[in-house]
Amino acid sequence: MPEAARWSAEDTTPDAIDSALRRLLEERHAEGGAYAPARVLNLVAVIDRDWRGEIENRLERVGRYHPSRTIICSVERRRTTMDAWATLSADTSGPREIAVGEERVELTIGEAHLSRLETIVDPLLVPDLETLVWAPHGHEEAIDALRGLADVVLIDSVAEPDPVAAVSRALELLRSAYLVDLAWIRSAPWRERVAASFDPPGWRSALAEIAAVSVRHHPDSVASGGLLLGWLSSRLGWDAVGMEREDGGLVARARTRGRRVRLRLEPDSSMPVPGLSGITIEAATGMRLSLDRGPGGLSARRELPGRPPSTWVVLGASRGEAGILGEGIRQALLRDPTYGPALRGACAMLS
Amino acid sequence: MTGPMATVETPEQNPLVEGLERLPVHPTTLVIFGATGDLAKRKLLPAIYNLAHEGALPERFNLIGVSRSDIGDDAFREQATQSIEQFSRRSPDELVLRSLLERMRYVPGTFDDDSMYGRLGDVASEFDAEADIAFNRLFYLSTAPGFFPVIVEKLGEHGLDRHEDAEVRVIVEKPFGTDLASALELNRRVLAVFDERQVFRIDHYLGKETVQNMIVLRFANGIFEPLWNRSYVDYVQITAAEDIGIGSRAGYYDKSGALRDLIQNHLLQLLMILTMEPPVSFSADEVRDEKVKILRAIPAPEVEDVLQMAVRGQYGPGTSGAEEVPGYLDEEGVPGDSSTETFAAVRLQVDNWRWAGVPFYLRTGKRLARKTTEIAVTLKPVPHLAFKQSGSLGVQPNQLILAVQPNEGVTLSLVAKIPGARMSVRPVNMEFLYGTSFMSQSPEAYERLILDTMRGDATLFARNDEVEAAWRICDPILQAWSQSDDSLPQYPSGSQGPKEAEGLLLDEHRWRAL
Repeated sequence: MPEAARWSAEDTTPDAIDSALRRLLEERHAEGGAYAPARVLNLVAVIDRDWRGEIENRLERVGRYHPSRTIICSVERRRTTMDAWATLSADTSGPREIAVGEERVELTIGEAHLSRLETIVDPLLVPDLETLVWAPHGHEEAIDALRGLADVVLIDSVAEPDPVAAVSRALELLRSAYLVDLAWIRSAPWRERVAASFDPPGWRSALAEIAAVSVRHHPDSVASGGLLLGWLSSRLGWDAVGMEREDGGLVARARTRGRRVRLRLEPDSSMPVPGLSGITIEAATGMRLSLDRGPGGLSARRELPGRPPSTWVVLGASRGEAGILGEGIRQALLRDPTYGPALRGACAMLS
Repeated sequence: MTGPMATVETPEQNPLVEGLERLPVHPTTLVIFGATGDLAKRKLLPAIYNLAHEGALPERFNLIGVSRSDIGDDAFREQATQSIEQFSRRSPDELVLRSLLERMRYVPGTFDDDSMYGRLGDVASEFDAEADIAFNRLFYLSTAPGFFPVIVEKLGEHGLDRHEDAEVRVIVEKPFGTDLASALELNRRVLAVFDERQVFRIDHYLGKETVQNMIVLRFANGIFEPLWNRSYVDYVQITAAEDIGIGSRAGYYDKSGALRDLIQNHLLQLLMILTMEPPVSFSADEVRDEKVKILRAIPAPEVEDVLQMAVRGQYGPGTSGAEEVPGYLDEEGVPGDSSTETFAAVRLQVDNWRWAGVPFYLRTGKRLARKTTEIAVTLKPVPHLAFKQSGSLGVQPNQLILAVQPNEGVTLSLVAKIPGARMSVRPVNMEFLYGTSFMSQSPEAYERLILDTMRGDATLFARNDEVEAAWRICDPILQAWSQSDDSLPQYPSGSQGPKEAEGLLLDEHRWRAL
């Protein structure tokens, strides 16, 4: 277990917190052990005070691949002052290894602080590191205040009940910062497997003959399905258009080179977790490829006219929600050029 | 592969792979020869599991174990389960493991048995027929090196070296030969069956993230390049020290020794990456062309000069981790009169424009004071020292330490002023640790290398000329040692190695303390 040095103060200021962090660091060095502060990124989380424990648990499960400085802004209604806790923990697991430290600042603030949150957070950031802002309980006002500081905003498009509002808000945020969308992260294995299915040259020509795509999703994960269809549309040059309700799902017909592709989103009430549960791609040649969540990975099934269907398992473990969050934080250091076009495609279909 | 009836033009690039972190890998059947052996158990099967867990294996994947053990599919799956549960870097997911096991088959037989290859071909073809796909075939030779030629030749005789509409590749484990003659002979026999592009000679050091980062450190950071030459570098030390003894590996180790076990492959690989010229691109052959030029620039010693440029030693009894430990000759399975070296150190030079005159010291050993693998680049001292005041701890030349294991990172030693009224100075370290700057767990070297082989990327594998050039350097040393009547220097277990190693150092050079 990491050892931690702690400091706390009531009704304090960012300057006092910054001084306390420097002092904690000096104390750590003075203890004599080899010590290096982690230098990955600044993670600023704006959360509801009532849900602080849940968020801390989620961050804890991210594991040792933590940001270098985590600043949790815990919002309490009607509070007018700011209290703070600072901890500097060091993982001293190996006897001859250098301990890697993690700095965490927890601020308890009021709603009145949110519109000028940048003046509180800015002095606490480690300079020259990427700054990731995450507000899992809404607090759009805080996100807007921090836009000037944020290199990356972490969102989860399926957390917003209204999928149209979710993708519209994401598109708006994308104009000022790089976005890491947990709904997009969840779709990565699906995108990889669809790409792999059409990768052999013998199958690649079928991409130009796709006639229908049906995406199955958790009932609350319409945005995830929209992102996957948006991704296919943007990569394959389909002109996505607005979806309409049909048979309990959403349907659209995208245009591409004089033909149409039928796109469908189907809610899957048996899906236990947020995200996608399956995809079926049909080509004009009669080829039909389905991928569905299954034991030990994705269950794949390919049908060709006049041949018996072929089924197999594409191996892979579910990352779980902790793994998704960890992957989201890791993705803050990378850049995926395909998210923006996919998001625009999703907006065009869902709006 | 059977594809759909194509009526439109096939795009040259797959438009769906843009932005994906894991690129598609062609469906593959992996055949492990020696599938019940130690390497398969400890490294290969756990690596395969971890690739499966992460969804990094090809979309469709099969594994065939081949070994002499007369067991069936189920018993092999049971052994594989135990290996994965014991040695995987993560706890296996029951469902993924079960699905992976379902894709495993086992073919028993000796490696010179023609009928075994017939059965192997049948099983591989069954996988193809079942999926209606020509799977790529990847043969991993994880056996005693003596079996490499016969397996390769039998694969060729049974037509398993080629596969219509698919790639066939072979991974050859180290040691690739025991001397130059055997390496040449092995290359001749392997390349009589496979093309060089099909052959992947594995050196797992090259799969380590920190070793690959050396390439990035050198060629993506402008700060080092101006210093990376004979004008600024005084000398270089490459160390691979272990604090443990030979354990249960007496049978292999006593025939091999430290020079063959580590210097001929791992340490020379590190030396090549450290000193090579920037490749035009990071394609396999561009990188390997530059690496092999370094080996060619290292003059092979004359046998009579070996005693001046190489030192060997053997560990005696001593103390390791506060425990009394036996000497090499008292280890189980080691002949009482063995003259196998457990420590080897050499001084090499790279005679090219960049490095002429810079000594490169390589050392490795068992039962040394500490486990560490590192490269220390010592820069030349400043031409004039203005700080020779009493109270200083001294000025050391700057050193750049590239730590490979157990710490993974880079340390630059600098000289700094001690706070106070006097101009006293002392060395300080500027550290970069991998664990502080990245959030993902590094994959095991074997995971990276197996995946690279499935993709057909040979950048991190040794080419035939590389292996032969490495043996040209090591051969005279082995020859001289085998002919020497001098007694083998001894060093106590848990020590810095034999005192004789000091004799290799030129000028004021010093071994870094372990």
